Amino acid sequence: MRLYRALLFLYPASFRREYGEEMASIFARRLRDASNTVARAAVCLSAALETIGNAALVHVDILRQDLRYVLRTLKRSPGFAITAVALVALGIGATTAVFSVTDVVLIRPLPFPESDRLVELWETTPGYSGMELSAPNFRDWMATSTSFASAGVSHTEALTIVTGGEPHRFDGAALSAGVIPTLGVSPMLGRAFTEADDAAGAPGTIILSYRLWQTEFGGDPSVIGRRVDGQMDIEADTFTIIGVMPREFHYPTADAEFWVTTRFRPDDLVPAIERSNNWLNGIARLRPGVTREQAQAEASVVFANLRARFPKENKDTGARVVALRDDLSPRSRLLLKALSAAAACVLLIACMNLAGLLLARALERRRELAVRAAIGAGRERLVRQLITESLLLAGVGGALGIGIATVAVPLLSQLVPTTLPIASAPTVDARVVVFALLLTAVTGLVFGMAPVARLGRDTDVDGLREGARSGGGSRERLRSALVLTEIVASVVLLVSAGLLIRALLAIQSTRPGFDVDHVLTLRAELPVPEYARVVTREAFYRRVLGDVRALPGVRAAGFISFLPISKVRGGIWPVKVAGDVAASDDARGANNVAALRYVTPGYLAAMRIPLTRGREVADTDTQDRPFVAVVSESFVNRYWPGQDPIGRHFDFAFGDREVVGVVGDVKFRGLERQSEPQVYLPASQVKDNWITFYAPRALAVRVAGSPTALAPSIRAAVHGAAPNVAITEMQTLADMVDADTASRATQVRVLGAFAAIAFVFAAVGIHGLLSFAVSQRTQEIGVRVALGAQPRDVVAMVVTGAIRLGVVGLAVGVALAYVAGRSMEALLAGVTPHDVASFGAAVALTAVMVIVGTLLPTLRALQIDPIVAIRAE
Amino acid sequence: MSAIDREAQAFLPLQPATFHILLAVADDDRHGYAIIQDVAERTGGAIRLSAGTLYRSIQRMLEQGLIVEPRERPAPADDDERRRYYRITALGTAVAKAEARRLANLVKMARARGLAPERA
Repeated sequence: MRLYRALLFLYPASFRREYGEEMASIFARRLRDASNTVARAAVCLSAALETIGNAALVHVDILRQDLRYVLRTLKRSPGFAITAVALVALGIGATTAVFSVTDVVLIRPLPFPESDRLVELWETTPGYSGMELSAPNFRDWMATSTSFASAGVSHTEALTIVTGGEPHRFDGAALSAGVIPTLGVSPMLGRAFTEADDAAGAPGTIILSYRLWQTEFGGDPSVIGRRVDGQMDIEADTFTIIGVMPREFHYPTADAEFWVTTRFRPDDLVPAIERSNNWLNGIARLRPGVTREQAQAEASVVFANLRARFPKENKDTGARVVALRDDLSPRSRLLLKALSAAAACVLLIACMNLAGLLLARALERRRELAVRAAIGAGRERLVRQLITESLLLAGVGGALGIGIATVAVPLLSQLVPTTLPIASAPTVDARVVVFALLLTAVTGLVFGMAPVARLGRDTDVDGLREGARSGGGSRERLRSALVLTEIVASVVLLVSAGLLIRALLAIQSTRPGFDVDHVLTLRAELPVPEYARVVTREAFYRRVLGDVRALPGVRAAGFISFLPISKVRGGIWPVKVAGDVAASDDARGANNVAALRYVTPGYLAAMRIPLTRGREVADTDTQDRPFVAVVSESFVNRYWPGQDPIGRHFDFAFGDREVVGVVGDVKFRGLERQSEPQVYLPASQVKDNWITFYAPRALAVRVAGSPTALAPSIRAAVHGAAPNVAITEMQTLADMVDADTASRATQVRVLGAFAAIAFVFAAVGIHGLLSFAVSQRTQEIGVRVALGAQPRDVVAMVVTGAIRLGVVGLAVGVALAYVAGRSMEALLAGVTPHDVASFGAAVALTAVMVIVGTLLPTLRALQIDPIVAIRAE
Repeated sequence: MSAIDREAQAFLPLQPATFHILLAVADDDRHGYAIIQDVAERTGGAIRLSAGTLYRSIQRMLEQGLIVEPRERPAPADDDERRRYYRITALGTAVAKAEARRLANLVKMARARGLAPERA
């Protein structure tokens, strides 16, 4: 019996109060009527089951009723409904969009089984905490290590394949046999690489990405076993397709389209000098039970030993074991945290506004609620209805918010760092939707509670008393606090957005060292061995440059190994200058290196890199002439400060070079990074078959008008000279430089949008608060006007409160914004967190916000006719 | 068709429990347990309403105006202080009649196709 009464608590309280006693007595009778223990047990069981079922149904009945009622009342105040839904939609939309990115980048486990056991292996030297591995050091490390269940190395690789009659170039990676088993993913078709596939001299094998399989091979399952001729950066080979990886497999970066094997040769592994050739990315799976720290400790011992054995090549070299999940620059992490905080601010402001709206509405409906309470609606029913209302509003808003996020998320894909082995475009998936729904439910419940909390005090007779002025001090204080929070949060967002905009402007105004406008660029992927000989390449350059320069509007054109700011492909080589005492004696000292770039005549002119001394490289700099170099100013400052460098000699790229010219420095690593000094060598002054990786393949063409207009003719010129050469990365120099700051531009846009939303919300909040206050004080204002108050007194009455809120909000907001600015200093590219312009703009905008929010209520207060106001009572 | 009949049409088809409860209170005011007993007797024990189903239906029927709780109580001898009695309203009667008509029509149609026995 007691159990049955307990079960009755499943019913809504109103229902239980109404019928609980009767139901209990019916149950008691049935129990009495049952003849024996078995029958009694059956009665109990069936009663329990039907109670659970019916209780749920009663709840549904009430919900349906409440929804009908709520919809009816909302239809009567559409302005309120629309505002509330819009608030929730924007708040949830912003938060969900940012969460979808944050989740993919920071939270979600990587798409590999037991991915928490996956670690990256790096070498370290002073100044470089994450340097690629050298092949012999990796081999020796794994030979002595016991921490890892398996391991492997990879390096990026590009492959030109002729498909559809035209050569196409794809980015991928060369993997050692251990990589795919270490990641724990099996091919969806075919097989993974074996040790035999990876042996020196083994026939070429290739595994396709799902995307490449779909786009170039039509998703044909019989592709396994097919052979493709491919041109890699410095050699050609025939590859047998042995597998296709699943769609969600991305490694080492999001955009890898294929995988081949490393097939290290003895000359990759044996010479001691190879120990300072750092070019491999290491991945390993920790043995079960082994922690990253243990593996790190072991690596330190291993490398102490390697330093002792190869003191010159491994000078100061150590090793680092990093969780794969953490392969993320602190800046990416910080950025996402900042955006998450900003999104949370937007949601907070939206919720404050919503709570304010609901409060105001509850006050307006005081009488209605009091009447309904008086005619017998239980408090519980009223609470239920209010919560139903706020949940309904939140639900509709949340659904719209998810819609907004779905639209917005693709725009945020710039924020996903490409270093992580995940798809680069986040999507609004089930996980994100669940997050949004939870957020919505919490929003609806917590902020729907604000008016509910008042209900207990409001449903007494007070509410019935007509005209009782709801001076309600505490109520207005609560709303003021809500608005104050909105102002503070919007000030923080305004300042943060301002700081990031200033940082973007600062970076965009950084001079890259060349003139970005009116230049078209492309890469002609000259295959080797076909173009291994200098004379072959020279013929190609002469023909293409001749044809291109003959095009109308072309001002200058030239080839270089790698264009600045595009993907940095290495080429940092040691410099030896006779008598240079500052150089360290190890093989990879950071202070005596320079960027190696081969160029054809015309390149420096095409880029408008200023020549400050001497001459450019020229057609006369041929194989049989002394080898020359054009160096950048920072190179001169490093080796011959204050002296004339022309005619000086240094040792670089396997030979002696004479300085013939000095040019301005170029930010070849990107606008936000430090770049090494640059050395430009004539394309013709290199031996056949030597470092063909650096043979100039990138073409820069300066034109008088629009660079894209000439694109077809320039493409035709390249194909006219070499029909089988793939043309890639065709774009304007301006686009290339813009791409360098694209993720920053996205940050600014996102934060700017958040700040704008916050600004509008806060203004609406102030407006709502004051409008309500004015309508509540109509009578008081009327009396005062009747007693001789002047318009300015009325204005003062209304405005004083708003100004006070504005001033306090600004003071707190500015302080918090400074803290926020300090914590994201790393993102600010040198703009100080107390940047006067940003703070000034935020203060001015807040003033505008307060004025805009105050305007209408003040006008309304001024229009109050004392006679009407007093008579209304 | 009168206004009340048109209103009654909107309730059709009735849920079986609702129909049985209307039948139980059609001739006399009854309290909850009496309704359960009446339904069980009339159906030969085939339908035994559970307390939850009964009161959930009653609550809805009260809201819909099919039944009311009369103010006057039955004769003191029959009265039980704690009990609540229910009485059919004019609307409730109209709804019960409309449902009976609907069911009769269905039976007629079934009979025309030989799917129901001829009238005894």
